[in-house]
Amino acid sequence: MGAVIENTNINGKPNQDIFSATLQELATVDKSIVAVTSDSRGSGKLVKFGTDLPEQIVEIGIAEQNLVGVAAGLASAGKKAFAVSPACFLTARALEQIKNDVAYSNNQVRLIGISAGVSYGALGSTHHSLHDFAVLRAINNLIIAAPADNFETREAVKQAVLLNQPLYLRFGKKAMPTLTDDKNNGFEFGKGRVIKNGNDLTIIATGETVYPALLAVEKLEKEHDIKATIVSMHTIKPLDNQLVLQLAEKTGAIITVEEHSIYGGLGEACASLLLASGYNKPFKIMGIPDEYTITGSQTEIFDHYGLSADGIALAVTELLVKQ
Amino acid sequence: MMMTVNELTAKSVTYRKKILQYIVGAKAGHTGGSLSCIDILNVLYNNTLNVSPENFTSPDRDRYIQSKGHCVEALYVVLADKGFFPEDDLNTLCRYKSHYIGHPTRKVNGIEQNTGALGHGLPISVGTAIAAKMDNKDYRVFTLLGDGELPEGSNWEAALTAAHYKLDNLCAIIDNNKLQITGTNAEVCDTDPIDTKFESFGWAVKEIDGHDINALTEAFASLPFEKGKPSLIIAHTIKGKGVSFMENSVKWHHGVPNQEQYETAITELNEIMASIN
Repeated sequence: MGAVIENTNINGKPNQDIFSATLQELATVDKSIVAVTSDSRGSGKLVKFGTDLPEQIVEIGIAEQNLVGVAAGLASAGKKAFAVSPACFLTARALEQIKNDVAYSNNQVRLIGISAGVSYGALGSTHHSLHDFAVLRAINNLIIAAPADNFETREAVKQAVLLNQPLYLRFGKKAMPTLTDDKNNGFEFGKGRVIKNGNDLTIIATGETVYPALLAVEKLEKEHDIKATIVSMHTIKPLDNQLVLQLAEKTGAIITVEEHSIYGGLGEACASLLLASGYNKPFKIMGIPDEYTITGSQTEIFDHYGLSADGIALAVTELLVKQ
Repeated sequence: MMMTVNELTAKSVTYRKKILQYIVGAKAGHTGGSLSCIDILNVLYNNTLNVSPENFTSPDRDRYIQSKGHCVEALYVVLADKGFFPEDDLNTLCRYKSHYIGHPTRKVNGIEQNTGALGHGLPISVGTAIAAKMDNKDYRVFTLLGDGELPEGSNWEAALTAAHYKLDNLCAIIDNNKLQITGTNAEVCDTDPIDTKFESFGWAVKEIDGHDINALTEAFASLPFEKGKPSLIIAHTIKGKGVSFMENSVKWHHGVPNQEQYETAITELNEIMASIN
C-alpha cells in the first residue's frame, strides 16, 4: 500500500461537493438521472445542477416522506432517481417510505443522506443522524455506504448509477483529505479498502472517521511502535465479512470507529460476525455513546467522544494492554 | 372494445361473489372495502386503463397503484379475470409461501407497487406521473385511496406536489365509503369536506356514485377534468355493497363470513345477477 500520510491531500473538498459535481457530470450525459430534493439543493450542493439541468431536478419542498415516495415512482418509470435530503430527516421521517416504497418494492432509488452523522454539530440532535445505519441495516434489500474521502465518493456515485439495487449513501460537510493515491486500491461496494497494513491490530472505520483513525495509526507507529492495519469500511451492508475475518486472524485486536451510535452500526455488525466466528481477541466499538449528545462542532463532538487521532490512539493502547 | 353497462354490471356481481369465495377460502381478507371499491376497479380495468398482460412491461402502459392495499382481494379477482394470472392461484390466498398475500406485491403479475402501509400510493403515483411528463409520454396514472387513509400526512404532501407540477395525467380516486375499522370517518377523524380541501390544493374534483357504472365510465372518459390540474374522483360508496347484512357495517371491515353467511350472501348476489337485463 505504501506510505499514506505523506500522500494525503489535505486540500480535499467536502464529500458532498464531490457527490454533486460527479452527479452533474454523469447526468449531463445520462438524461435518465434525476435529482429529487426537499428544499435541500443548497446543502446538497445541487444549485448548479438545478441551474444547468433544470429538466432533471424535481423539487418537492420540505416533505421527506413525499420525497422518497415520488423518487420511488420516478424510479419505477425508468428514472435513475437520487433522493437527496439531510440524512437525519431522510432516514427517520421517511423511514417507512424507504422500507416499503424503495426496498420492499425494489424501486431502485439512490437515497443520498447529506450532512450526515454530527455534521450539523451544534444544531443538535434533531439534525444528527446517529441512527441511520442501525435502522437501515434491519431493512432487506438496501446497500448502505459511507464513503470516506473524495475518491471513494466519486467512485460510489459513479457505481451507484450502475447498480440494480436500492442504495443509501451518506456524506458529511467537512473537507476530507484523500486517504491514498494508490491507483490499484480501487472502490467497490461491499469491499473494504485497506489503507495501510500492520499486524498489531486492525482499525475498521467508516465515513469521516477514517481520516482521524489514519492519523491515530501514524501517531501509534511514531510514539508506541504499534503497527496497525486500517480499513475504510465504506460499505456497512453488505459487510465485507471476508476481509474482517481475514484481519481478525492476521492481527492482534480490532477496533471499529464510526460517526454513529455505538448501537446497531458498523461496530455491532463486525461484533456479531466475529462472535459467530469464535473470535476471542480484544475488541472495541468506538462511536457516539447512548446519551444526550454533547453540544459542539463536529470536530468538538469527535474530540469529546474520542473519535479523534488522540482519542483513537489512546483507545488502541488501552485495548492492547488487555491482550 | 368497450363493455356495455349490463356486461359491466354483471361482472361486478361476479367479482363480488369471487371476492367472498376467496376470502372465505383464506379465512382472511378485507371484505367490506373490497366490496365498496370493486365497481371502480371493474370500470378501470375493463373500460379505462390501457393495461393488459400483454403490455404490462411496456413503458407506455397506464399505471394503477392501489394505495388502499388492504382491499387487495378486489384487485386480485379483477387481475385474474383480465388474465394476469390463473384464477386458481387465488386458492393460495394468504397461505404459507403464497405470493397472494393480504396486500399487493409485485411478486404478483399485474401489480405495480407493493402497498399496504397507508398514505403511500399517492406520492408514488405523483413520481410516476412526473416521469411521464419528463418523457413526454401520454400514459396516465391512477391511484385508489381509502377515505380512512386521508389523515396520513404524506397524502397532502403529494397533493401539493401533484398540483405544483400540474399533473393532469394523474387521477386519484377516493373510495368514500365513510367507514373505517373503528367507526365512521366522522367519528375517528373527520376529513369532510374532501372536495374543497383538494380544490384548495389545486385539484379538479368530481363527486360521483362509486357504484354507478355509467357515472364511473363517464368520469374516467372525461379525464383530465381540467387541463393543468390533477383530477380527483370522490366515489361515494357503501362499505360491504351488494350483501345486505354487510352494507354500512363496521364489523365487516375485515370480517370473514361463516358458511351460512357466505351462502346467504351468494344467494343475494345471484338474485341481483338474475335481475340484470
